[in-house]
Amino acid sequence: MSTTAILLLAILGLGFLITFQIAKASEYVGVLKGEKKSFEQSNRVNAFLMVVFLVLGLIGIYWCHELFYKKTLLPFPSASDHGEKIDSMMFITIAITGVVFFITQILLFWFAYKYQHSDKRKALFYPHNTNWEILWTTVPAIALCVLVGFGLYYWYQITGNAPEKALQVEVTGKQFGWIYRYPGKDNVYGKKYYKNIDESNNNELGILWDDQYSHDDIVTTEALYLVKGQPVKINIFSRDVIHDVGLPHFRMKMDAVPGTPTTMWFTPQYTTEEMRKITGNNNFEYEIACDQMCGNGHYSMRGVVKVVTQSEFILWRARQKARYLMVFPDRDPTNQKAVDTTKTGTAPPPPVAAKR
Amino acid sequence: MSNEATHGHPEVVTTHEAHHDEHHVHHHKETFITKYVFSQDHKMIARQFLITGMAWAIIGGLMSVLFRLQLGYPDQSFPFLEDILGRWAKDGKITAESYYALVTMHGTVLVFFVLTGGLSGTFANFLIPLQIGARDMASPFLNMLSYWFFFIASVIMFSSLFVQTGPFSGGWTAYPPLSALGEASPGSKVGMDLWITSMALFVVSSLLGGLNYIATILNMRTKGMSMTRMPLTIWALFFTAVLGVLSFPVLLSGFILLLFDRHAGTSFYLDSIYIGSAALPNEGGSAILYQHLFWFLGHPEVYIIILPAMGIVSEVMSVNARKPIFGYMAMVGSLFAIAILAFLVWAHHMFVTGMNPFLGSVFVLLTLLIAIPSAIKVFNWLTTIWRGNIRFTPGMMFSLGFVSLFISGGLTGIFLGNSALDIALHDTYFVIAHFHIVMGVAGFFGMFAGIYHWFPKMFGRFLNNTMAYIHFWVTLIGSYLIFWPMHYEGLAGMPRRYLDYTNWLSFNQFDGLNKFISTVAMVVFAVQLMFIFNFFYSIFKGRRVTVKNPWGSSTLEWTTPIVAGHGNWPGEIPEVHRWAYDYSKDGREYISQTEPVTPDEKPH
Ligand code: HEM
Ligand SMILES: [Cu+2]
Ligand SMILES: [Cu+2]
Repeated sequence: MSTTAILLLAILGLGFLITFQIAKASEYVGVLKGEKKSFEQSNRVNAFLMVVFLVLGLIGIYWCHELFYKKTLLPFPSASDHGEKIDSMMFITIAITGVVFFITQILLFWFAYKYQHSDKRKALFYPHNTNWEILWTTVPAIALCVLVGFGLYYWYQITGNAPEKALQVEVTGKQFGWIYRYPGKDNVYGKKYYKNIDESNNNELGILWDDQYSHDDIVTTEALYLVKGQPVKINIFSRDVIHDVGLPHFRMKMDAVPGTPTTMWFTPQYTTEEMRKITGNNNFEYEIACDQMCGNGHYSMRGVVKVVTQSEFILWRARQKARYLMVFPDRDPTNQKAVDTTKTGTAPPPPVAAKR
Repeated sequence: MSNEATHGHPEVVTTHEAHHDEHHVHHHKETFITKYVFSQDHKMIARQFLITGMAWAIIGGLMSVLFRLQLGYPDQSFPFLEDILGRWAKDGKITAESYYALVTMHGTVLVFFVLTGGLSGTFANFLIPLQIGARDMASPFLNMLSYWFFFIASVIMFSSLFVQTGPFSGGWTAYPPLSALGEASPGSKVGMDLWITSMALFVVSSLLGGLNYIATILNMRTKGMSMTRMPLTIWALFFTAVLGVLSFPVLLSGFILLLFDRHAGTSFYLDSIYIGSAALPNEGGSAILYQHLFWFLGHPEVYIIILPAMGIVSEVMSVNARKPIFGYMAMVGSLFAIAILAFLVWAHHMFVTGMNPFLGSVFVLLTLLIAIPSAIKVFNWLTTIWRGNIRFTPGMMFSLGFVSLFISGGLTGIFLGNSALDIALHDTYFVIAHFHIVMGVAGFFGMFAGIYHWFPKMFGRFLNNTMAYIHFWVTLIGSYLIFWPMHYEGLAGMPRRYLDYTNWLSFNQFDGLNKFISTVAMVVFAVQLMFIFNFFYSIFKGRRVTVKNPWGSSTLEWTTPIVAGHGNWPGEIPEVHRWAYDYSKDGREYISQTEPVTPDEKPH
């Protein structure tokens, strides 16, 4: 064992020994002083510590808030419209529960201090009082109705159907990474089947190339490109185990379940560039974090979201080569041109597979 | 173990008690084996559960210290770890495999083996016969079996730590397909088979215990002990047993289907999976089905943990505030409401699995309803100490701490139960903070309250008070220091179950905090070791109990001899004439349940 370990163990052992000796000694002192006297003394000390704990605790809460609030997402605007609703729900809940928290905690420790044992006091025989009990059944019930009301109002807005014009994107999780697919110009995804997955042939999604709709599909692992101000509908899949598309800045999250497609939609509000200005952080990126335990690489399952303007998006998409053409380079019109110069007049053969 | 501590006659026992001990009811020759190993005495079984639970608590706690070391100091290596863990900590760094194995085992062990087996097993066994006035459980034999199933389950779970491919490492909830496929994770190979086997035996143990508790409470109450005269501990343990009996079988069925998927080629949970460079043949299953089965137990399970703690706290608080528990019937009613609702909210763990939004909204409503009985309990506890005459015994302090923690953690449940907010908070550190405060730490506080309060009854001696007070204050302060700031990490979206956050732009701002949390966790753990020391030291060397009823309590267990033999009461079982909470009534400190009501007594 290393010396530090031995040192630590020695300190620990010494600490125990000292505590134990003190504990033992105080027990003997207690016996000498008389049980009653030592009880009264320790009772006073502990009662006093109860208020000390309350006061230091309240200060601690404030201090903790000062230190860490600025490191959360809440000081910055939400990157999505849904996130704004979630943020306002958060503040409503913090307000209501906060009031309850401070009232009950203060009462608890204050009562503990105030009603500490004293020979002069007799405890009150007070077994029940229906009015009080009705009061603290109805008040929480009303508060909860408010919370449920707001909560469900937002919940239905967030989980409602995506608008027709929404951008379509498909996100597929696998151990341990994300694959994104755009349906291309026809706005329809080509069919896929998991038994068709063929990593060595550039087909990590198992797309059926004989489905014509697949020919313009863009598959990438680089980043998830989204457009500012345009709603996006994300269709979520998993290839192996359950993952979760976690988008902390957008306050959104949805599981990726093998065999069961899921969806989420929202509207990005700020481009990555804008968010860099808002947060004052030039390296800012929207990240996708896997939020469902998916194996030993779970913690490394990182993706990046780039929110761009409409024109930037069009440019980006134009630069992407359809996956079909990467799999069948000979059917790529840009390659064809080179062929055309030698063999004039021969039109590229229609993809065989397309005839189903 | 010293014979004297558990059965013999401490010098101080007053004469008439000492005599009876000799000819108690089940008098027969006891050997070491029948007395300490295959004992059928509920008090001994309780102590067996307690000590096994404590062993697991040390193991589970040590695991958390190890993985906190990784979380707090991700860029450092600790050569001594390699000495302890071998290949699990190559070059003194916890590997991903071992990190996930540790996290998973930590959760499994603490939720099931400590806070279910250790907590219910100890206090249901110990208190039910003593507090309702019975000589033992309805079936002492099944009761013994319940412990031994727990023991075998423990051995198997422990052995899984040593298999070549490691113990199960997919999280204590064991969601398939990760838990179903060996290709998905090395821990899902043999480790998972051992995990399932162990858990299945654990379920058997819980069922044997639970049925016994229910049968005993319903049938074996002494004369005069009507249901509404029972101490709240018994009510709580009763509802706990009902929850367990109704929900554990569902978990078992979920595990059996999982076992089929693993070994029999079925597709209950598997569909369209490509893993390990091959497509699996399984199609048509639903991975979400498992989550429904799991959480149908999983949610009641959290109440299986907290209800006994609530019962203990109610009892200990009333005794030491020298006041009746406020609103006894409301306390029973809220336990009942919680028990019913516990079955109707499970899907709040699944808001973002793609479930139908309407279904989700039903679960939001039902989930938030639980906050109402919870609020009633909190306010009733507050009123119980109001105008009391509080003795800060260690048990009382842990009870007060419990209420504080239950408030803090219960309120964050209201965030999570609101599905809209859960979209942002699910599987972040906010959830970790929530359930550690409301279940983990609060559950332990209930257990500590119970141990400090009933230790004199269990072992005829007191625990050392000074160590107890240090234990309390360090644990309370430490727990808040550890878990309170985690809410902020959750509000930053920081996901749970990550080995390392340094490569994440969004989550790496908490490195200082993570170090701080890890350091506090180690201190708190060290103080728990001190408690363990206090516990075993005091069994043999603690201050002796010199009176039958050291806390001045009105319940039946304190009418037994200081060290009660098998059968509990040397003579007749006492008859009960009143409820359990006549404290400070008519100017008297307390009135034992065995005391007849006098005609001029004020009814309450
Ligand atoms: C006011 C009452 C409560 C409400 C409304 C509530 C709500 C919730 C919700 C919605 C979740 C799921 C969070 C998520 O995964 O996103 C959750 C998690 C959890 N709650 Fe509570 N809760 C309450 C009280 C309790 C109590 C009393 C306990 C235990 C004694 C408890 C133990 C847990 C545990 C263990 C988890 C996490 C399980 C896991 O994912 O590993 N909760 N709670
Ligand atoms: Cu993951
Ligand atoms: Cu739950």
